[in-house]
Amino acid sequence: MLRSAISSVARPSLFRQRHFATAISSSLDKPTKYGGTYTVTLIPGDGVGAEITDSVKEIFEYVNAPIEWDQYDVSGMSSAGEALFKQAMESLKRNKVGLKGILFTPISQSGHISWNVAMRQQLDIYASVVLCKSLPGMPTRHNDVDFAIIRENTEGEYSGLEHQSFPGVVESLKVSTRAKAERIVRFAFDFALKNGRKKVTCVHKANIMKLGDGLFLNTFRRVAEEYRSSGIEYNDMIVDNTSMQLVARPQQFDVMVMPNLYGAIVSNIGAALVGGPGIVPGCNVGREYALFEPGCRHVASDIMGTNTANPIAMILSATMMLRHLGLDHIANAIASSTFGVINEGKVRTVDMGGSATTSELTGAIINKIAASQ
Amino acid sequence: MLASRSIAGVFAQSALRQPLALRGYASAAPTAAFAGQKGANGKYTVTLIPGDGIGPEISESIKAIYTAANVPIQWEEVSVTPILKGGKTVIPDVAIQSVKKNTVALKGPLATPIGKGHVSLNLTLRRTFNLFANVRPCASIQGFKTAYDDVNTVLIRENTEGEYSGIEHEIVDGVVQSIKLITWDASERVARYAFHYARSSGRNRVTAVHKANIMKMSDGMFLSACREVSKEFPDVVYDEDLLDRVCLKIVTNPKPYADRVMVMPNLYGDILSDMCAGLIGGLGLTPSGNIGRDASIFEAVHGSAPDIAGKGLANPTALLLSSLMMLRHMNLNGYADKIEKATLTTIAEGKTITGDLGGKASTKEYTNAIINKLANA
Repeated sequence: MLRSAISSVARPSLFRQRHFATAISSSLDKPTKYGGTYTVTLIPGDGVGAEITDSVKEIFEYVNAPIEWDQYDVSGMSSAGEALFKQAMESLKRNKVGLKGILFTPISQSGHISWNVAMRQQLDIYASVVLCKSLPGMPTRHNDVDFAIIRENTEGEYSGLEHQSFPGVVESLKVSTRAKAERIVRFAFDFALKNGRKKVTCVHKANIMKLGDGLFLNTFRRVAEEYRSSGIEYNDMIVDNTSMQLVARPQQFDVMVMPNLYGAIVSNIGAALVGGPGIVPGCNVGREYALFEPGCRHVASDIMGTNTANPIAMILSATMMLRHLGLDHIANAIASSTFGVINEGKVRTVDMGGSATTSELTGAIINKIAASQ
Repeated sequence: MLASRSIAGVFAQSALRQPLALRGYASAAPTAAFAGQKGANGKYTVTLIPGDGIGPEISESIKAIYTAANVPIQWEEVSVTPILKGGKTVIPDVAIQSVKKNTVALKGPLATPIGKGHVSLNLTLRRTFNLFANVRPCASIQGFKTAYDDVNTVLIRENTEGEYSGIEHEIVDGVVQSIKLITWDASERVARYAFHYARSSGRNRVTAVHKANIMKMSDGMFLSACREVSKEFPDVVYDEDLLDRVCLKIVTNPKPYADRVMVMPNLYGDILSDMCAGLIGGLGLTPSGNIGRDASIFEAVHGSAPDIAGKGLANPTALLLSSLMMLRHMNLNGYADKIEKATLTTIAEGKTITGDLGGKASTKEYTNAIINKLANA
C-alpha cells in the first residue's frame, strides 16, 4: 500500500488520481490563456513563504511551465501593506488563479483582520481542500493514512462578528447558513465521486450547537440522500470523537466535510499524522476563483530566512494548480519527481528528519525531473 | 450635556472597576480548594454516584481498593436518576444535598436519555454546583501500546460558557447565529485554577490555547484574563499558543507538553482533551475532574457500556484514576501515589488486565490483582 503511491506515478490509471491528481471541480470557470501562457497571481506570504515559493518558481522555470507570475509581496506583519493587499486582490480577480503562502495575522485587537480570511470571503472561495496522505519514505507514527478534508471557508466562527455587550462580556457570532452548508456538502460528494473515494464523513457538534451545527448536519443528510445512487457511503461524527479517532485510527476516514473552525483543527491533526505542515498541500476553490496554498496554514516565522523550510507542501499545491489549469503532464512530472525524492530519503529537510536545505531539496527535485526526461 | 457626561463617567468607572471587583471576589475563594473536615471516625465523607450500566460494578471495584488501601474515606452512595417534580425531571434533592455537604463526589458513567426535552444530567450537575473547570490529564499507560509512548498532558477547560452557552437562534429560514459567550469573570476563574494546579502539581508552566487571531475580542479577552492572573504567579512561566499549532505539535510529538498545564475555552478544551485521550488509547484510561465553586465532581468520561453491563467485564481504570485525582484534590497524595503505583504495575505486567486492554481478566480479578499489589507494597 505504501509503495503503491510511487509505482502509481508511472501508471496512468485512476489509481493515480486518487493519490495526487486530485480533481477539484470541472464546473469552474477556467482562466484564459493569453499568448500561450497563463498569468498567475503569486503572493509568497510571510515567514517561510518567500523561500518555498522561490522553490516553486525555480522548478517551474526548469520545466518551462507556461506560467507567468504576477507577484505581490504582501505582508501581514503590519497594517501598512493594505494598499498592496488590495492590488493583489485585484490581480486575483483578473487572473482567477493564484498561488499563495500564508499571511501573518496579529493577535492584538488593534491589529488588522486576517487577510487570509478576507481573501477567502471576498473571492468566495468557499471550499478548502486539504489532502492528508502517508507518503512512502516519510517516517511517521501512522501508516496508510489517506483522507481529504473539505472545509467550509467563508462563514461559521470566522464571521468576524464580535461585540462587547457589557464590560467583561463578549459575544462572538458563529453564522451558519443552509445555502453555504449545502454548497460545501455537494462539493464534498462531487469531490468523492470524481476522485474515486468511497465515504464522506460529516464532522459537527450538533449535540451542543443544536441549531447551528444542526443545520449543517441536516443539510448533509438531505444532500447525501441525493447521492445515494452513486454508492458513496456517508456517516457523521462529533468533532471531539473525530479528533480522538483521528489520532488512534486515522485509516477509517476518506472524505471529511465540516464547518470552518473544525477544519482548522482537523487539518492540523491530519498534517501531523502524515509528516507535518511542510508536506501537506491544499487549495481553496469557489465558482470563479481558485487559490492554492499549503494545506496547513502556518507562517513559520521561527525558521524564516534560514533556508531550512520544507517546500514540498508548496510544490504539491502548485502541481494541484497546474492540474486545475489543465497542464496535467507538467504537474505529473513535478509531482512524481517530488515523491521520488521523498521516497529515496537522501535529501530531506529538518522537519523530515534530515539536514538538507530548502535549495538542496529543490535541486534534488530538479535533478530527478532531468533524470526522468 | 453634563448629565450625559457624568453617566459616561460612571460607565467608564464601572468598566474599570468590574474586573477589579471580580478579582477581589475570586481571590477570597482563590482556587476552589478542598476545605472538607474529617468526621468523628477520622474519615472524610465522599458522595459516590455509581451511575448507570457498568457504573455499579466499577464503583464496587473502587470501594474494594480503597478499603484495602485504608483510605480515610467513607462513601455516601446516592442515585442521580432523575425524578419527576412539578412536571419537570430533576435530580433528587438527596443527591444534591449530599454533594453540597461533602463538597466532593465520585461519579460513574450516566446513560444519556434519548429524546427531546431532557436536559443532560451532566449539564444539570455542572450548573447546580458551578463546576467551572474541567481537568483532563492524559498519560501514556505502560503496557497498553499506542502510536505514542510519551504522552503526559494536562488540560484545563473552561466549563460553563463559550460555544456551549446554548444561545442560538434562526434569524430567517436557513440562517442561524450561535453565540459564543466569553466573560472576564469565567475566564479569570479558570485561569486562576490553571495556575494553582500548575503550582501544586509541579508543572511550572501554563500555556493558554486560543484562536485570538480570528476571534480577536472573545478569545482576546480570555487571553487578557490569563495574562492578568499570570502576574499573581510570577514563579509559573506563562505563554500562549494558537489552537492550530497546538494540535499540530501534540500529534506530531506530545513529549514537550509534559512540562505544562494547558488552559483554554470550552470547545477547544472539549476537542483537545479527547484528542489527547486518543493518543493514549481512548476514554477507558483517562480520568477527569470537574472543579467547582461549591463542590468538585470527579468522573469517568466514558460511556455506560450497556452491552457489557452486569457481566463483570468492565474496566474500572478510568474511574479509579479519576478517584486518585480526587484524593490529590483532598491533599491525600500519599494514598493516591500508592494506589496509582499498584494499578499501573498491574497493567504494565499485563497478566491480569481486562478485555478492552487485550487481557482476559474480569473486573474482580483485575481489582484483586491491584489489591494484592497494594498488600505487597
